[in-house]
Amino acid sequence: MDINLTIIGQSIAFAVFCWFCHRYVWPLFANVLEERKRTIADGLEAAAQGELKLETASRDSAQQLEEAKSSAAGIIDQANRRANQIIDEAKQQAQVEAERIMVAAQAEIEQEANRAREELRSQVSVIAIAGAEKILAREVDQAANEEMLTQLAAEL
Amino acid sequence: MAEAGAESQTVQEYIVHHLSYLTWGRHPDGHWGLAHTPEEAAEMGFMAIHVDTMGWSIALGAAFLLWFRWVGLRASADNPGPIQNFVESIFEFVDARVTEGFTHKNALIAPLALTVLVWILLMNLMDLVPVDWITGIAALIGEHVFGFDHMPFKIVPTTDPNITMGMSLSIFVLIIWYSIKHKGIGGFLGELAFHPFGKWMVPFNLMIEVPTLLAKPISLGLRLFGNLYAGELLFLLIAGLLGLYQLPMHFAWAVFHILVVPLQAFVFMMLTIVYLNAAHETAH
Repeated sequence: MDINLTIIGQSIAFAVFCWFCHRYVWPLFANVLEERKRTIADGLEAAAQGELKLETASRDSAQQLEEAKSSAAGIIDQANRRANQIIDEAKQQAQVEAERIMVAAQAEIEQEANRAREELRSQVSVIAIAGAEKILAREVDQAANEEMLTQLAAEL
Repeated sequence: MAEAGAESQTVQEYIVHHLSYLTWGRHPDGHWGLAHTPEEAAEMGFMAIHVDTMGWSIALGAAFLLWFRWVGLRASADNPGPIQNFVESIFEFVDARVTEGFTHKNALIAPLALTVLVWILLMNLMDLVPVDWITGIAALIGEHVFGFDHMPFKIVPTTDPNITMGMSLSIFVLIIWYSIKHKGIGGFLGELAFHPFGKWMVPFNLMIEVPTLLAKPISLGLRLFGNLYAGELLFLLIAGLLGLYQLPMHFAWAVFHILVVPLQAFVFMMLTIVYLNAAHETAH
């Protein structure tokens, strides 16, 4: 076995290579693996949190849906009530209006009747005088009978 | 090349050629240069360096680290591509071994284990490259460019004990360093002297503990070297003895060797982690 300077050369090379590996190679992979480990851990944690959030959100949404349903029911109820109220009011107004119209119509009818009566009354005297002229077939002193005829007309 | 080599060389020459290193060092006359013959290489003694195994070792280590860094810089946490997944699976494998095997706090251990595993794995994998491909091309270049007769060129760094012992001794230094850092010099020496049999048996304790300690780096380095050297030798035997008919045998041994290649890298890494963990232990 020829042992010579090669053994020292190899020792130096070994030392240099170990130093290089320690300084420039090992940390690269250690960092990559560390980073990957962290990424996976973070991912798992995020997933767990996401699940938690989903649970909360679904609980919230169910609650909101419930609230919305109940408030919608309330609004519909209110609207129904309001509608009934409006209908009632309308009915009432219609009735009032109808009554008013009826009263007005009755008043008009009465007025019309009165006017007719007035007219009749004014014409009755003429007809009566004409009738009386024909019946008596003589000249009647109009002035003398005026009072009597007016009285008659008033009685009609 | 195996066939051509086998024609002009004996099997023994062929194997010796494949087991020698391209050596650069100080010649006996004092000048530095390549050794052109095994004898020249032997004369250089300690003041020499194996250009081939050293070069492949550094090239493979640099390729591994630069590639990992290239992948790491483009790594994305959300959308990893297939290459990133591949590198990450190696990373996580090492990280898991360190987490279960190393119970103390030391940010250096995991990168160290990753370097050990992948680097040794790549160096071992060179054993599966057919023995004459790169060596043969290198021998041709050596012949025509550098004027070698038979330029040796070993491509499997872990069949060089310098390489494996270089790593295991580095780890031994770390073991001593962390032992003293965490136990104190007294604690470290006390562990050697007063275990397992207490203070009245100090010489006996030392006789047990000191070899145990020294055996760690030696067994660590020689285990890797031995396994890969044996594998390489068998490939060479098959190639040298059988010539063109080596292919089925070569394939069979390569399939078996595929088990050895990652296993030895893994064993080296695990023992590194275990030894360094023991170095950090303080409570007894």
